[in-house]
Amino acid sequence: MVLLYLTYVLLATFFQIPFGIDHMNVAREYLKHSPKDLGVANAVTAIVVNFRGFDTLGEVTVLFLASTGLGAILFRRREIHTMLNPRRTSVVASRIVQVAGKFLFPLIVLLGAYVFIHGHLTPGGGFQGGVIIATGYLFLLLAYRQFAIRHSVVTWVESLAGATFAGLGLTGIILGKQFLQNFLPAGTLNDLLSGGIIPLIYIAVGFKVAAEITGILDTVLSIGVEVNEQTQTQTQKNE
Amino acid sequence: MTALFIIVITIGSLVLIGAAIFAVHKRDLLLATVATSVISLVLSVFYFVLQAPDVALTEAAIGVALTTIIFIVTIKNTKRFED
Repeated sequence: MVLLYLTYVLLATFFQIPFGIDHMNVAREYLKHSPKDLGVANAVTAIVVNFRGFDTLGEVTVLFLASTGLGAILFRRREIHTMLNPRRTSVVASRIVQVAGKFLFPLIVLLGAYVFIHGHLTPGGGFQGGVIIATGYLFLLLAYRQFAIRHSVVTWVESLAGATFAGLGLTGIILGKQFLQNFLPAGTLNDLLSGGIIPLIYIAVGFKVAAEITGILDTVLSIGVEVNEQTQTQTQKNE
Repeated sequence: MTALFIIVITIGSLVLIGAAIFAVHKRDLLLATVATSVISLVLSVFYFVLQAPDVALTEAAIGVALTTIIFIVTIKNTKRFED
């Protein structure tokens, strides 16, 4: 009975809004101010970093918490399996995959760096470029068994990049303006050095996401496979 | 609404629904994971055709590469056939 009443109230409210009329007032303001005042060609980047920059700081914090939580939960199993020296995969990767991994890894890192450096000019940005770089590391992790990632370096890069993001926001306060205010000049449109602190923030976010996702993938992949007698003799023959 | 738009959306919708039914129906979890990554791929093409390239890049990088590898490693560490 209560359900019927609630349905009636909701439907009566929704049918009072006229259908098919443009209500995007805030979006129109963003699209108008983004090339003129900020000098940024990609409106999505301008919204994510500048108009809604505080939400991006929260997103980066959530990613950091997820990566730290996963590392903390699986830390004991990773330690045990590092002592027993397991294999990351149960079969050695073929020669084609190994040579292709060595050849493609710098190209993938170059593509990812291009995507997050040009985040304010072309579609993409920090998060996409960081995940592309982590995919390159995943290729090497699956191709070579003896490839190891030093977790101290990954943790330092992640923490310093996150601190750079917060530090750029605090520099706005130190210079007498708001938190995360754009204090560098806007520059001309479609230039690489345009848009104030937006490319700097996206470079920091790109490094941070790449380091985080690489750490997560290495933690998940190094749980180890249950080596029983059959696969052990087979891999010894293959190697 | 150009012809390419209509063709891509129609064919993509059929592949999407087929892959989703396949992913739910199969008992071999590895095949279900591959079907999920096919769904992410078709969805990424949809986002590009609907003029949202940032979302398409994100969906292609995360949906196809990242969640697929995490699911495969999870299936390797647990059991492969559900019952």
